Amino acid sequence: MGHDHDHQAIPSDIALRVKALESLLVEKRLVDRAALDAIVDAYETKIGPRNGARVVARAWVDPAYKKRLVTDATAAIAELGYAGGQGEDMVVLENGPKVHNLIVCTLCSCYPWPILGLPPVWYKSAAYRSRAVIDPRGVLREFGLELPEDAEIRVWDSTAELRYMVLPERPAGTENMSEESLAELVTRDSMVGVGKVSLSKAGDNP
Amino acid sequence: MNGVHDMGGMHGMGPIEHEKNEPVFHEPWEGRVYAMTRVVRAGGGRQNLDNSRHQLELLPPEEYLRMSYYERWFARLIDQLLKNGVITRTELENGLPSPDTSKATPAVTAEMVPAMIARRNSARRDAGVKPHFKVGDRVRPRNIHPTGHTRLPRYARGKVGVIVRDHGVFLFPDTNAAFLGEKPQHVYSVKFAARELWGNEASPRDSVHLDMWDDYLERA
Repeated sequence: MGHDHDHQAIPSDIALRVKALESLLVEKRLVDRAALDAIVDAYETKIGPRNGARVVARAWVDPAYKKRLVTDATAAIAELGYAGGQGEDMVVLENGPKVHNLIVCTLCSCYPWPILGLPPVWYKSAAYRSRAVIDPRGVLREFGLELPEDAEIRVWDSTAELRYMVLPERPAGTENMSEESLAELVTRDSMVGVGKVSLSKAGDNP
Repeated sequence: MNGVHDMGGMHGMGPIEHEKNEPVFHEPWEGRVYAMTRVVRAGGGRQNLDNSRHQLELLPPEEYLRMSYYERWFARLIDQLLKNGVITRTELENGLPSPDTSKATPAVTAEMVPAMIARRNSARRDAGVKPHFKVGDRVRPRNIHPTGHTRLPRYARGKVGVIVRDHGVFLFPDTNAAFLGEKPQHVYSVKFAARELWGNEASPRDSVHLDMWDDYLERA
């Protein structure tokens, strides 16, 4: 299909066209420039996978919290102060040695904004959306994750307004780590289900 | 609609490109498009999230595939502003308000942003609607092909799954997107064996779960 290359062919004037629209809306007093700055700043610096990582770390160290998290995720996540648009009705799925959950939105790009932030490009790509449901093992292999034959993969296609997060498995050798250090280990990819959490945190980003 | 956005199970879309240390926005204009969309949406008017999703689905398929995510959002934003009469084509072309424009008041100021972001806008409805099914029931998504917005992907139509969870009552996107009412009804998590969806090449252990409204389902 080659559309990934075509992305490079974005009309070079898009930045100018966006700027022109912004100026027009500001002139018409429909938009406050400072509000736009504040929204961009919030998603660039405050609302991202570090939030989800704190939820995961809390669940790892506090069994009662974990129980609340997997039974009423929205309320348990709100306990840590995370709520809002695209996180209104949350479901948390626990990964283990035998069961591996993977999240996708085949129809658009549904993603739990308050705890993971805005989705990365690969999550929104045609490649991921088309293949996650038909070839999850192949997709995971591309992310460097080879699952044993006897593991069960459960793919969750976010077709309604439920938003999903994976509670990854706590890695061995972390028994003495503090909640804060554990949160440092948790990656975005592990909370979507395309990665695992490891002590080395190798091959992953945020 | 049976659009190109309904991608589950398609082949030929290329490798998944995983970018290390990916920024939230790759270019400043992407952040501006995102933020303008949020602000315009908060301004109200004839719009809702389902209709907004449908606007993306209505992009010509070759455009949909060519455009990046935020290019689609930009195209939708302009369409919506024009369609709702918020801006005129002349204004868009000149980049200036027409002399007779009425000065509005911004719906969202910087001080309002934290509250806007934290606001819950759930599609859950507190309506006394009875469920048609219960956990454990075998169900079959109908073989329907609505030409408007739907959240029933093609790959699941006509297949048999099992209800594993009743999520409660939510508004119905198919009617909501068309401004035909919310039609609140139960949404279930329905589990399909990978082999039921994809044949015997799939792992016998794997499954795909989809969230489905009562109107999509019949008893199997």
